[in-house]
Amino acid sequence: MATFTPETDAQVLDAVRWALDKTEPLELVGRGSKRGLGRPVQAPHRLDLSGLAGIVAYEPEELVLTARAGTDLGEVAAALNEKGQAFAFEPPDLGPLLGAPAWTATLGGMVGAGWAGPRRLKAGSVRDHLLGFEAVSGRGEAFKAGGRVVKNVTGYDLPKLAAGSFGTLVALTSVTLKVLPAPQTGRTLLLEGLDDAQGIAALSLALGGPAEVSGAAHLPAGIAVTGKPDGVAVTALRLEGVAPSVEYRLEGLKARLPGASRLLGPEETMEFWRALRDVHPFVEQRERPVWRLSVPPSDGAAVAARLGKVAPGADWYFDWGGGLIWAALPAGPALAREVRGCIGRGGGHATLVRAPAADRAADPFHPQPPALAALSARVKDQFDPKHILNPGRLHSPAAEPVAGVR
Amino acid sequence: MRMPDPDAGIIARRDDLVARLRAIVPDGVVDDADGRRPYETDALTAYRQMPLVVVLPTSTAQVAAVLRACWEMGVKVVPRGAGTGLSGGALPLADGVLLGLSRLNRILDIDFQNRTVTCQPGVTNLAISHAVAHEGFYYAPDPSSQIACTIGGNIAENSGGVHCLKYGLTTNNVLGLELVTMEGEVLRLGGKHLDPEGYDLMGVLTGSEGLLGVVTEVTVRILPKPETARAVLLGFPTSEQAGLAVAAIIGRGIIPGGMEMMDRFAIKAAEEFCHPGYPLDVEALLIVELDGPAREVDHMVELVVEIANGQGAVTARTSADEAERLRFWAGRKAAFPATGRISPDYLCMDGTIPRKALPRVLHAMKEMETEFGLRCANVFHAGDGNLHPLILFDANNPGELERAEAFGAAILRLCVEVGGVLTGEHGVGVEKRDLMTEQFGEADLAQQQRLKCAFDPKQLLNPGKVFPVLHRCAELGKLHVRGGALPFPDIPRF
Repeated sequence: MATFTPETDAQVLDAVRWALDKTEPLELVGRGSKRGLGRPVQAPHRLDLSGLAGIVAYEPEELVLTARAGTDLGEVAAALNEKGQAFAFEPPDLGPLLGAPAWTATLGGMVGAGWAGPRRLKAGSVRDHLLGFEAVSGRGEAFKAGGRVVKNVTGYDLPKLAAGSFGTLVALTSVTLKVLPAPQTGRTLLLEGLDDAQGIAALSLALGGPAEVSGAAHLPAGIAVTGKPDGVAVTALRLEGVAPSVEYRLEGLKARLPGASRLLGPEETMEFWRALRDVHPFVEQRERPVWRLSVPPSDGAAVAARLGKVAPGADWYFDWGGGLIWAALPAGPALAREVRGCIGRGGGHATLVRAPAADRAADPFHPQPPALAALSARVKDQFDPKHILNPGRLHSPAAEPVAGVR
Repeated sequence: MRMPDPDAGIIARRDDLVARLRAIVPDGVVDDADGRRPYETDALTAYRQMPLVVVLPTSTAQVAAVLRACWEMGVKVVPRGAGTGLSGGALPLADGVLLGLSRLNRILDIDFQNRTVTCQPGVTNLAISHAVAHEGFYYAPDPSSQIACTIGGNIAENSGGVHCLKYGLTTNNVLGLELVTMEGEVLRLGGKHLDPEGYDLMGVLTGSEGLLGVVTEVTVRILPKPETARAVLLGFPTSEQAGLAVAAIIGRGIIPGGMEMMDRFAIKAAEEFCHPGYPLDVEALLIVELDGPAREVDHMVELVVEIANGQGAVTARTSADEAERLRFWAGRKAAFPATGRISPDYLCMDGTIPRKALPRVLHAMKEMETEFGLRCANVFHAGDGNLHPLILFDANNPGELERAEAFGAAILRLCVEVGGVLTGEHGVGVEKRDLMTEQFGEADLAQQQRLKCAFDPKQLLNPGKVFPVLHRCAELGKLHVRGGALPFPDIPRF
């Protein structure tokens, strides 16, 4: 086994070409914070991209940042913070949930996973903010896609494909992201004692009004998180922006939702939503499988209720207005078939986020219908015809057609 | 404009093709010359081509059957929405079927609880907003042609509009698609939930200019209308000062709902056309719209005026009521027709540049006016650096169209040179196809074209658009075998 630790783009190209010539796959890693997520990759060699580090260009007035793929996410966040800016999609730090240290994520890993935090419902996800990239494809070719301006429709939007591809299409060498002014302050309005359906209905009512809610979560009584009273369900709505606007919208929201009982201040608001973003409620109980389901918000309560039936003892909470369900099953099997069976006719998908490697070797990502899976496989083949980049990271190799060199 | 050579064999089999299409869509095949004529061009009217035949299906099943038949016969297909595209993306082919989607025009589902609308591709952009207005919602992307352009066309072009600075382009507002591949396979991507379970195929479909698949159903997110919106008119003695004001507003952390700039020529044309009350003694006009909660808007309006005054604004007027706000916008929205009244013809360019390059690019465009001997009016989405220079010409004067095109190409080359891109929202189509090599290298373009091979290996869907050279998929798929020596052996490995 060889581990390549390139420091230049040219070295990444060399490593990929070598692997291509030998048809010996590479596992792509940054600093490994999300290595425990998805299917474990069986590859003889490792391409460690964490040496490709550093911010290349940050232009706050253009709302654009370019950095090399291995750049530490914390370093980028600090640079943005210094100018009062941030990634609007609130990238989560999943390290602790997955048993890795906190804040070891890289920018490339953030893009590869493509996951966003609570502000997803208002500000979009990584896909919505990735403007361009440079990469080496599995064909052993260096290429670029997208651009460095926020408005661009020139050619296919390949950055959309790169975001969330888990390193199975290209090895990113640098990425360009849109950045935005960070909210100056935030407050959180809490309603207490609602059941799941009532809580999600309240979230929906709030999101249907002009309050510009930037976080909408419902936590059943059993979920423990900083800022939440124990033993009682809370329904939480975050308002962010300049202080006078937040206060003004808060009044409007209270009028729309009579019965709101508590208010979290700016500091508490930050801690509360960070805890939900990073799935703190389920970090400690390591033996419990953790699932992440994305469904239409109006289906959220019913899906969770079915989950409680197929996995008695399961705990969950809702984000994204009810459309995102984080669930921890009782210690034991991951129950993939049962959990996915909870998704109704409204559609959605379920990802097994935390489980022993043996359980994640099945299908941690939601299987696609055959025609869609075949198209996805054809797309993979066009970027990585010999399957040398993170083979099987998303789906078991049996589900991926053998790469015919086209 | 060179298009793929028509296939005489296909043209000779036209009767067979028409019969086959008529069996699928009995009341929707147009094969006579008069009936086909309206389809010979889109809004890039400089290019015209009569299609071999036009077919107007009314269901997903019909679309799938039409595509399947064309795939089996090896016939090319050009999809078309309302034909309002400005880059020639719906320009027909002499040996191709023009697939018009205008009869797929039903809204299928309005879901206020999940804040979504699901509709067929032929529904107009504005009709979506109208359908949800009674509950205080709207669909955010608002291209200027929104009264006519369809949501299917918006998906194909990833359309923007004046409000995309704050609310994003089409791609940021689409949740689900039903797609028919060239082989006639029906796929569903996304839905009312967020984020895909695998590769973001919906993301690459959006803005693919009809080259990857035909969209037959769309789910978009709708937003509650902002509580209030106010517009500020700001006049500046120089465009440089206006540009600096734009940078200063963004620099203060303000993202306006819209931020538009017009130059003296465009201001005058708009004022004469519809009398919005623009100042005529300024070189540049900014329209800044702030929307959101009333108190925030009032606060931001004050801040914007203060910033503009700091950059030397000589006019600062804030809309007092909704009628005045709409009047401020009327001139900007009429900029194209207003220009059309002054000049027999015009070309509208669409490059995007980093905002900081604005003074340089404006200055260079002035010099180009002399170089090419043509006038140029400037309106642009200043907030996101998206330029819309309007090059005025008269196609009846021999050589003027060519000169206008050369002028446009020079502007777009400059956009790329300063770190920008060829097109911000109009698409590449045929118009900017041959300039793609200015922005992308050979490897970049080859990888984009390989993506098409995954969707349409026979390259029958809208060929001749976007990419300057058509390569066969077999050729694009070849791998280069190299030595196999262990790379950079001087670095540590384990």
